[in-house]
Amino acid sequence: MSAFTRVSRSWTQLSPSERREALAGYLFISPWIIGFLVFFLGPIVASFILSFTRWNIVGTPEWVGLANYERIFTQDPFFRKAVTVTLTYAAIYLPLEVIFGILIAVVLNQKLRGIGLFRTMYYMPYIVPKVASSLVWVWVLNPRYGLLNTMLGWLGITGPSWLSDPDWVLPSIVMMALWGVGGSAVIYLAGLQNVPNQLYEAASVDGANRVQKFVRITLPMLSPTIFFQLVLGLIGTFQTFTPAFIAAGRSGGPLQSGLFYMLYIYNRSFESMRMGYGSALAWIMTVFIMIITLLVFRSSKYWVYYEAERKRTNR
Amino acid sequence: MTTTTRHLPRLGLRGLQRFNDISGYTVLLVLAAVFMIPLYWMFSTALKSPQQTFAIPPEWIPAPAQWENFSEVFEEVPFGRFYLNTFFLAFANIVGHLVSVTLVAYGFARLRFPGRNILFLVMLSTLMIPYQVTLVPRFVMFSKLGLINSYWPLILPAFTGSPFLIFLVRQYMMSIPFDLDEAAYIDGATRLDVFWRIILPLARPALMLVIVFTFIDVWNDFLQPLIYLNDPDMFTVSLGLSFFQGARETNWNLLMAGSVLAMIPPLILFFFAQKQLIGGISVEGLKG
Repeated sequence: MSAFTRVSRSWTQLSPSERREALAGYLFISPWIIGFLVFFLGPIVASFILSFTRWNIVGTPEWVGLANYERIFTQDPFFRKAVTVTLTYAAIYLPLEVIFGILIAVVLNQKLRGIGLFRTMYYMPYIVPKVASSLVWVWVLNPRYGLLNTMLGWLGITGPSWLSDPDWVLPSIVMMALWGVGGSAVIYLAGLQNVPNQLYEAASVDGANRVQKFVRITLPMLSPTIFFQLVLGLIGTFQTFTPAFIAAGRSGGPLQSGLFYMLYIYNRSFESMRMGYGSALAWIMTVFIMIITLLVFRSSKYWVYYEAERKRTNR
Repeated sequence: MTTTTRHLPRLGLRGLQRFNDISGYTVLLVLAAVFMIPLYWMFSTALKSPQQTFAIPPEWIPAPAQWENFSEVFEEVPFGRFYLNTFFLAFANIVGHLVSVTLVAYGFARLRFPGRNILFLVMLSTLMIPYQVTLVPRFVMFSKLGLINSYWPLILPAFTGSPFLIFLVRQYMMSIPFDLDEAAYIDGATRLDVFWRIILPLARPALMLVIVFTFIDVWNDFLQPLIYLNDPDMFTVSLGLSFFQGARETNWNLLMAGSVLAMIPPLILFFFAQKQLIGGISVEGLKG
């Protein structure tokens, strides 16, 4: 926090006017402090405690110790399914999101007339409300009357029955999500436009071709953006709810092939009203996300290139 | 795209430029088709009769177009009601965020107090923890307060700010020169004066972002209305639309008309605030 001019001191070391300023400061940020306690910290602690109970919200919670966790890890086939579905989805979707996001950003980075119009068109699917876009895709993927199978039919291909076929549910949802890739493309575009032009010019002088420039300059310069997109995307995957709920159905679709983790938490907590079990599921997810985030951050030094760091070591 | 002329001398500079432009536009157009066709399909289905909807091969341009589908949606389900409800929720959340986010951001950006850096870091770290872990206890809390099936659970949290928006506005406020505050204090202004007369007016672009992001978040939210609202008269557009899907043998033409109606407000907002939105989202990509 280099922007902060003074090292903070304890209350007793402050002059009266500094104390008044500090008091005003606490007052100004008090809405967030209240929110933090009431809507964040309190609930997290409560959730932790609830995860050791059996409770259907009426009556009093019954303390069951580690029973919920034990059951989740040893006897709950839906838990395993939900984890598999979510991780499989992440493994397919996240790399595709990065690849398509960057490719589209590169396409949008051309200096052509009317490029703004194209940027708007690519971005538009991203702002369609998730419920509406999911519904559109359920209809596009309709096996008999849907657009996609009609178009595949022109090529002589009999399309699968997408959302009714357990093998095709996840690819369908990946496709739906990629339709909104314009959202990330815009972020990569901003990253591309921050790459200093001299780097490309210097490379040209050295006789580098386009592919070399892309691999040696563009990708390293984009790596911080890719890194953050991956972290956010991973967290987002575990929070995927609406597309699964609408497209696969609230119980997770055929053979639970679309039972995303969040959908499972929702089912246990709010459909079967098992608050304790739902809390345990939510806690497992939270811990898992924190571990993954930590690992990704740890790994970042091996592949993320930070401009500021280079300056520090070179000078 | 930088053009290297050295390797293709025969085309000449202008010829190469044209070749680049043509291939560039070809790629752009193909991609545009991929992104726009589902939207077109949604819109054209919204204008079809039930028979046209299930025609094989599909009709690309429905003739005659059934514009009355759009009014029928309002008769089949209380869509007007959903619209009003969602606008009301968006308005209440925007008011809540404008009040709380600006106050908190001002505190973090312009005032000095012990523990400020730590509190700010704590706030940022809450962004890394999925809010789902708080979902069950929040639900329990609101149900014990008797607030299930009311709008309170969907409004109250907005009055305590949103870490991401606070971060955004605080960054913006940091960029306003401190000399302005100092000058005002010398003239006898209070902290609230400075906040209200100097910082807020100068932070207007950031406030626009707060409004736009809040509107889109509320308009798109599905999980929270699903959990808290039971009475169909209180449904939001997203929630109403999903029940419309399950309620009957799916009328795809009406459902698509409803989807078109659901995307109009964010679309209009997007066209008005495109610059800020895309700029702000690039900031969002670097949050955390």
